[in-house]
Parts: sequence; structure tokens; C-alpha cells
Amino acid sequence: MKPAPFEYHSPHTIEEVVALKSQYGDEAKFLAGGQSLVPAMNFRIVQPSVLIDLNRVAELSYIREEGEAILIGSMARERHLEFNEAIKNRTPLLHEAVPFIAHPQIRNRGTIGGSIVNADPAAELPMLMIALSARLKAKNKSGERWVEAKDFFAGMFTTALEPDEALVEIELPFAKPNTGWSFTEVAPRVGDYAMMGVATLVTLDKDKKCTQAKLVYLNAGDGPVEAFEAEVLLVGNVLDDKLIESAASHASEKEITPFGNIHASADFQRHLANSLTKKTLKQAVQRAEETL
Amino acid sequence: MTQKFAITVTVNGTEYQRDVEPRMLLSDFLRHELGLTGTHVGCEHGVCGACTILFDGESARSCLTFAVQADGHSITTVEGLALDDDNLHPLQQSFWEAHGLQCGYCTPGILMSMVPFLKQNPNPTEDEIRHALSGNLCRCTGYQHVVDAVKLASEKMK
Ligand SMILES: Cc1cc2nc3c(=O)[nH]c(=O)nc-3n(C[C@H](O)[C@H](O)[C@H](O)COP(=O)(O)OP(=O)(O)OC[C@H]3O[C@@H](n4cnc5c(N)ncnc54)[C@H](O)[C@@H]3O)c2cc1C
Ligand code: FES
Ligand code: FES
Repeated sequence: MKPAPFEYHSPHTIEEVVALKSQYGDEAKFLAGGQSLVPAMNFRIVQPSVLIDLNRVAELSYIREEGEAILIGSMARERHLEFNEAIKNRTPLLHEAVPFIAHPQIRNRGTIGGSIVNADPAAELPMLMIALSARLKAKNKSGERWVEAKDFFAGMFTTALEPDEALVEIELPFAKPNTGWSFTEVAPRVGDYAMMGVATLVTLDKDKKCTQAKLVYLNAGDGPVEAFEAEVLLVGNVLDDKLIESAASHASEKEITPFGNIHASADFQRHLANSLTKKTLKQAVQRAEETL
Repeated sequence: MTQKFAITVTVNGTEYQRDVEPRMLLSDFLRHELGLTGTHVGCEHGVCGACTILFDGESARSCLTFAVQADGHSITTVEGLALDDDNLHPLQQSFWEAHGLQCGYCTPGILMSMVPFLKQNPNPTEDEIRHALSGNLCRCTGYQHVVDAVKLASEKMK
């Protein structure tokens, strides 16, 4: 058998989940979709002595609107996000990006919570959480706390979760009025981890001036990278081609720190970031203008 | 000795009861415990797609699921597609007619990916078919005949 032996628990309630995690701490790993964890266990890169399977915890699997936000249980599958009407209407950026994650067979099992906690800098969902200003609810035996997405990612495959905590819920505020969105990436093949990707949001006022902008990159550093300075260049201005070009140059040359890998050198990744930034900004502006 | 779990799994409509170690992969369970060797194993890390099965009707990698997780669930493997030896599933028949395979190693995984795909997209374009095949590697065919076979199946299944 490929993975090393482990003790297996399959709780049915969140209460049991956090009780088990507080009992075993770092020794135990949660098993969500298994699409990142099981490959690592098959290679024996990871050998948890205890697995806490979340797949039978029905109360962790939902997508619903509440007030001005969408609430998503951590065990909602990537495939559920892809076909959800509320996500399509309220957070169209997420709707556009999900099909870029892996293949349908992987998205059928892979979960939003698993991808976020896995915190792979090349993954789509962590950077989308930043772009969408998500809040993430962590829970342990004694209570729960909300963490802003921007404070959640703490480097390569590392998050702000404590050893006794589970990620239980994700809160996504509805897209603001007059906001355009765009996501795109470049991967060696459809479904592969991308060499570079960018999520873009722009909000315009009635004079077409940008009041808010988001530019967030995957595979551009040791976690999701937000180009704050390029965003500042955009805000307060009409987003013409010249300004879009200078923001794209600034973000791709000064703000991201790609490492390069066997598929793409760091220089090529910067080149991709530049052209994807221009492409997504133009599309986001066009979509925002259509709402004015 | 690690603890074993008693599981009941419905595979291709038949209920099976077995005691399994939790670390047993569903792919190994199907092949070694049930003798259903139609589910192939290539990479065992989710990339090649050879081990694709239906888990409650949806395509999934059996090498990334533990057999204990299938307790109480319904699995379909390639052995569950044909009605009997003389009546292939229209998708299988199309692979035969359009030469959609050479060595056949990738074929069960491709079939199990394409069954739900064709259900959701009864009239796929070539581009959509190629997209849907992206999670299945084939080292023989160059994919062209696989695409042809899926297209032919979509016509047969109308
Ligand atoms: C062939 C292939 C291609 C892929 N391509 C992509 C891609 O292009 N882009 C992409 O983003 N991803 C890709 N993935 C990964 C996929 O999206 C995974 O599903 C996802 O990264 C992990 O989600 P999971 O639910 O499977 O988590 P798991 O693998 O079950 O868990 C991942 C980690 O998170 C922890 N965890 C899970 N849930 C919780 C929780 N609620 N609270 C605390 N900790 C938790 C686990 O203990 C584990 O450490 C690919 C995977 C494969 C096999
Ligand atoms: S053996 Fe499961 S995907 Fe390759
Ligand atoms: S037919 Fe040989 S791998 Fe596809």
C-alpha cells in the first residue's frame, strides 16, 4: 500500500471535528477532497498519524446568500462553486476563475477549504480570496474567529490557522455596484497549475473614474501577491490604455517576485504578468462601463 | 496491525462488504479486493486519469480516494458500462469503430470521464471535447481518434 498507516476518524459534526483536532493537534490532518493531501501521502512526503475525514460532515457543505454576502462551507466542492447561481451573479470573478482549477474530475472532489488551507502560491482560490476581500472563519473547541484573507496566508503552504483549528466557513461580500472583473491565466495545458495568473477588479464612478482597483497574482511569490502600488496608480483616474500599460509594467517589474520553474523562467513569468494585467484590466473596465 | 473498517460499497449495482485498512486506496480496493482490474493505475497522484471512476455518478480519481470513504456510496467502473458481452455502451462501441485506442491503458479512465461529460454536454464541439479530455493522458493515440470517438458517441447517443 502506498500511504503510511494512519488512524482514521470520520466525524459527522463540526463539534466532533474540533474535539478530535484539539485532542491530536499537529499529529492529525484533515482530509477534505484529498486532491492535494492524498498525492502527498501516496509519495509519503506527508505521513500524518491521524486523519480526520471531513467528507461526512454535512453541515460543512453549503453555499448560501446572507445579507450582503455569500457564505460557503469549507467542504463545498470546487465543482459546486462552478455551477452555483449565487456565485455567478454575486461574485462573477469567482465564477469566471473556477473552471481554471485543475480538471473536472479533480474539481468534483476538491474543496474550497482544502485549497485555501493548502495555500499553494500557484493555486487560484487563495489569491481569489484576497481579490474578493473574503473573511475566513476558523474554529476550535472553545470558539471561533474571523480572519481577513489578507492576514490568512503566511507564506508557502502556510496559513494563520492554529494546530487545533479548522477552517469552517468562507464569507464573500457581494461585488460592489459598477464593478468590472476579469480572471485569466496561462498554463502549459488546460487544467495544469498556471505559470502566471491574475485576478482583476475595478470599480468606476459615473465619470468613468476608477474608485477602487484590485490586482492579485498567482505563482508570483511565496503566496498570493497583491500589486498595491499599481492599484494606487489606477485609483482616481480614467483607465485609458496608457495608464493601464504603466500599471501593468509597474506590477510586473516592481511588485511581483516570481521564482521561475521548469515551465517558465522568472523573466517569462513577468512578461506574462504584464500582458495578462493589460488584458484583464481592459476587460474589467469594459465590463464596469457596461453597468454605468 | 492497524485497525480495519467494515465497509459496504455498491459497485456497478452489486453490494460488496469487506474489511479494509483505512490507507487502502479505492483503486487498489477495486482491483485487488474485488478483482475489477478494468480500473487502471498509472501515476497514483491524480495526474494521468487512468484510474477515473464514477463516485455517486460523478467522475473522480480512485487513486486519490480511500476505500473507507466509499462506505455507503455507489461506484461505477468501466466494467459497469456494457449491458453484456455482446452489447457495448455506445461510447465503447464508438471507441471501437473510430479507433479511439491503441494499447488501451488510458481507455477505461477516458470512458469514465466522458460518460458524465456527454450526459452534461450532449452536443459537444471538438473544442469542448478536447477540454474535457485534458485530465486524461494517452501516450499512444495522439488524441485525434479519441476526439473522433467521443464525437461519434455523441451522435449515436442522440
Ligand atoms: C492533477 C491535479 C491538478 C490540479 N491542478 C490544480 C490547479 O490548477 N489549481 C489549483 O488551485 N489546484 C489544483 N489542484 C489541487 C486541487 O484544487 C485540490 O483540490 C486543492 O488544492 C485541495 O483541496 P482538497 O479539498 O482536495 O484538500 P485536501 O487535499 O484534502 O487537503 C489539503 C490540505 O488542507 C488541509 N485542510 C483541508 N480542509 C481543511 C479545513 N477545513 N480546515 C483546516 N485544514 C484543512 C488538509 O489537512 C491538507 O493539509 C490539482 C490537483 C490535482 C490532483
Ligand atoms: S492513477 Fe489515478 S490519476 Fe493516475
Ligand atoms: S491507447 Fe495507449 S495510452 Fe492511450
